[in-house]
Amino acid sequence: MARINMVQAINLALGQEMERDKDVVLIGEDVGKDGGVFRITEGLVEKFPDRIFDTPLAESGIVGTAIGMAAYGLKPVAEIQFMGFIYACVEQLLSHASRIRSRSRGRYSCPMVVRTPYGIGIKPPELHSESTEALFCHMPGIKVVVPSSPYNAKGLLVSAIRDPDPVVFLEPTRLYRLIKEEVPEAEYAIPLGKANVVQEGTDVTVLAWGSMLHRVLESIEGFDAEVIDLMCLSPYDEETILNSVKKTGRVVIVHEATRRCGFGAELSAFIAEEAMLHLKSPVVRVAGLDAVIPMARLEDYYAPSKERIIKALNKVMEY
Amino acid sequence: MPENIIEKFEIKHLQILDEKGNADTAILPNLSDNDLKKLFELLILSRQFDQRALQLHAEGRLGTYASILGQEASQIGSAYALEKTDWVFPSFREMGVYITLGYPIWMLFQYWTGDERGMKTPDDLNIFPVSVPVGTHTPHAVGAAFAAKIKGHKTAALSYFGDGGSSKGDFHEGLNIAGVHKLPVVFICQNNQWAISLPREKQTASKTIAQKAYSYGFEGIQVDGNDIFAVYKATKDALEKAKAGGGPTLIECFTYRMSDHTTADDASRYRPKEDVETWKDKDPLLRLKLYMQKKGIWTQSYEDDVKKKATEFVDSEIKKEEAAGLPDSKDIINYTYKDLTQRQKKEIKEIA
Ligand SMILES: Cc1ncc(C[n+]2csc(CCOP(=O)(O)OP(=O)(O)O)c2C)c(N)n1
Ligand SMILES: [Mg+2]
Repeated sequence: MARINMVQAINLALGQEMERDKDVVLIGEDVGKDGGVFRITEGLVEKFPDRIFDTPLAESGIVGTAIGMAAYGLKPVAEIQFMGFIYACVEQLLSHASRIRSRSRGRYSCPMVVRTPYGIGIKPPELHSESTEALFCHMPGIKVVVPSSPYNAKGLLVSAIRDPDPVVFLEPTRLYRLIKEEVPEAEYAIPLGKANVVQEGTDVTVLAWGSMLHRVLESIEGFDAEVIDLMCLSPYDEETILNSVKKTGRVVIVHEATRRCGFGAELSAFIAEEAMLHLKSPVVRVAGLDAVIPMARLEDYYAPSKERIIKALNKVMEY
Repeated sequence: MPENIIEKFEIKHLQILDEKGNADTAILPNLSDNDLKKLFELLILSRQFDQRALQLHAEGRLGTYASILGQEASQIGSAYALEKTDWVFPSFREMGVYITLGYPIWMLFQYWTGDERGMKTPDDLNIFPVSVPVGTHTPHAVGAAFAAKIKGHKTAALSYFGDGGSSKGDFHEGLNIAGVHKLPVVFICQNNQWAISLPREKQTASKTIAQKAYSYGFEGIQVDGNDIFAVYKATKDALEKAKAGGGPTLIECFTYRMSDHTTADDASRYRPKEDVETWKDKDPLLRLKLYMQKKGIWTQSYEDDVKKKATEFVDSEIKKEEAAGLPDSKDIINYTYKDLTQRQKKEIKEIA
C-alpha cells in the first residue's frame, strides 16, 4: 500500500483494468503522450500503445465513437478534458448512450465510461469549473459517479469500467492533488449505488459528495452530524439515506452546483415523499448561487462556504 | 457509362513577404508607410502585452494565460483589414486582434485575472467575448453575418479559431450554413500546428484546413500566417467579397505556436525543441522589420523608441487595471437575467 493522491489512484485503476481486460481502451484529447492535461493517463500510452488514442478536438465525436466501440464489444473509457466541454456530448449521451439498451430491447448496450474533471477550486479560465451533475442524473440509463477520495476513486472507477451500462464519472478537480491516503495496489471494487456513511451521528444528516464532502467535514464541529458521502448520484442509495433521516429527523444537503434543479432538489423531494413524518425540521439545501459560475476572482462567493454550511446546520437545529 | 470528374479544387498558398523581408511587389497590398509603421508598432505592442502577461502570471497576478507569440502577424494583419462596424468573434488566443482593434489593454489584463468586467466590450467595438469552448463560436459569426444580410447592412462578420477548432461539429455546421446562404462572413483559422499536444497532422487527415471550405461550396485559401502582408491582403479581399455579396471565405493562416499551449502546459513533454527553433527564422516581426529597413523606414532608434513607448504604455495599463480594484460580488448574480428573480433578490442580500 502506498499513500497516493486521486490522480495517481485513477491512473492506477485505469492501468490495472487495462491489464486485466484487453477490451478496455482509452480515448480523448491529449490522453496519449501528454498524459492528459491533469496527467491522469501519464505513462499509460507507453504500456498500452495500441489501446490509447489521442483524438481530434471533437467531444461529440469522442463520446459517439465510444458508444460505437462499446456496442461492438470494447470497454471504452473516454476523457472529456473539462466538464465545461461535455455539453456537446449531451445529444450522444441522452439520445443514444442512455437508451440504446432500451431501444434495442437489450440487443445492444453501451458499457462505456466518460470521465471528466469537474467543479471549482483551481481558479482556471471560464467554463473549467462546471458542476452540472444534475444534467446527467436526469438521463435514465446513465449512471453518475463522483468520488471524494483517492481510495474510493480507484474502487469506483473499477466498478464503472466493469459496469454493463454507461457511466459518467465526475472527478472533483479540487481534490485531484489535495489529499493523499493509503490506497491498496490490490484489486478492489466499490459497488455503484451504495453510499458511504463517513461519520455517524444522531442530530442531523448531512448529504454531500465530491469536494463538498470535505467542506462539510470541516464544518460539523460541535454538531452531532451523520455525514453521508453519496458517491453515486444516479442511481443513489435510497436505503442508506432513509435510514439516516429516520434516525436524525433533520437534513442538510450541500452541493456546489446551482441550487435550482440541482441534485439536492431530487434528494429533498425524495425525503419529503418517503420520510416527511420523521422530519423535525425542513430540509435545507446549501448550494451554489442561482447564477453563472463566476471566474476566479469571485469564485469564493459562489459555492457553499463553511459559514453557510454552519448557518444551515444551526437553522435545522433550531427545530 | 464512363466515370466523369464532376468537381475539382485547388488550394492556393499565398506568401507576399518572405523570411528575408523581400516582398512580391506585383501582389503587395496597398499600405502606406504610415500603415507599415502602425503594423510594426502593433506587433511590438502585442508582443509586449504578451510578455508582460506571462510575467504577471509567473508572479501569481494573472490566471492561466494563452500566449500569442509567433502568431502576431495572423492576428494583426487580419484585424487591420477590418472596419469598425464589422463583427468579430474571437477564440481565447487573439489578444493581438483585440489590441489592433483598440480594445483597452487594461481590460484584457483584467479578464485574465479572472474578472468578467474585462470582457465588457466598449460600445464602439463589435467584439464578442473570448470563446473558451473551442470552435463553438463559429456559428455565431454566421448568425451575425446572416443578420447583417437580412438588415441590408454592408457589414461582415469574422470568426477566429485554431486548427483544433476546425474539428468541432459546430465549425462544420456553421460553415455549411454560411455556404448555403452565401453569407458575408470570413473564417480565420490560425493553424499554429498544435492543439495542446496534438500535432496538426493528427487533427485532420486533410492536407490543408483551407480545403474544408470547398466541401461547403466556397473558397478557402492558405496564407503564410507569419507574413503580415499576405494575411492582410487575403482578409481584405475576403471582406470585400463578403460585403459585395460574394459569400464566405475560409482563410488558413499557416503559423506556429512558439510558446507552451498556456501557462498551465509544458510543451517539452510532447514537442521537439528543434521544431520551435526552425520557426524562429520565420518570425513575423523580423520579416516586417527587414522589409521596412530595405524601404528606409526602419532605424534602430525608431525601434528602440517604439519599444520604449510600448513598455511604458503596457505598464500604465497594468496600473490602470490594478486601480480598478476588486469586482462587486453581487455582480455574480446581477447579470444572469435582465431582472432579478425572486430567489436572486434573497441571495443577493446574503452575499452582500
Ligand atoms: C470544446 C473544447 N474542448 C476542449 C478544450 C480544452 N482546450 C483548450 S484549447 C485546446 C486546443 C485548441 O487548439 P486549437 O483550436 O488549435 O487552438 P490553439 O490552442 O492552438 O490556439 C483544448 C483542447 C476547450 N477549451 N474547448
Ligand atoms: Mg492550434
